[in-house]
Amino acid sequence: MATLQGYVDHRVLLILQDGRAIVGVMAGYDQKSNVVLSNSKERVYSMDAGVEEIELGLYLVKGDQIVLIGELDEALEQSVDLSTIRAEPILPIRY
Amino acid sequence: MLIFSVFKTLTDQKVTVELKNDLSITGVLKSVDQFLNIRLDKIEVFDEARHPHMMAVKNCFIRGSVVRYVQLPAEHVDTQLLEDATRREAAAQGKR
Repeated sequence: MATLQGYVDHRVLLILQDGRAIVGVMAGYDQKSNVVLSNSKERVYSMDAGVEEIELGLYLVKGDQIVLIGELDEALEQSVDLSTIRAEPILPIRY
Repeated sequence: MLIFSVFKTLTDQKVTVELKNDLSITGVLKSVDQFLNIRLDKIEVFDEARHPHMMAVKNCFIRGSVVRYVQLPAEHVDTQLLEDATRREAAAQGKR
């Protein structure tokens, strides 16, 4: 089964249907893949400035809004300086 | 249900998943469930320079509903068997 079991208490990146990217520690999830993140931050990407992080705190994301959940590798994460990264935001889902 | 079984036979194979937000992710298929949610390991994002968002991500869970295509390794799919099985399933559904 493709469960989210291994991600609990890990730092994860969530990509949502509208293209937003949120990082946080996965506090829990359920069978509909609704997810609760603690200490979460939204990462705003743009071509004119580095990545901006917006504090969101404790966040519940509904499963149907989720596109992808990725486990963040802490070592790799430390090695990148977000303020130097310029990129287009992720496109929203188009059916 | 048939496609779910096909994916189960492809675990530990390298696949490329194209999402409905135009992101293409290649990785080792670790597991699938009945919604065709997919777990991928050792992922690489196509055109990483344009999509650095997932640089620090090594494995991920993809929601089945946002998948547009999955590119399968041709040598690990028995297309003749798949053709027969899909036709059998279609015929069974037609009878109902």
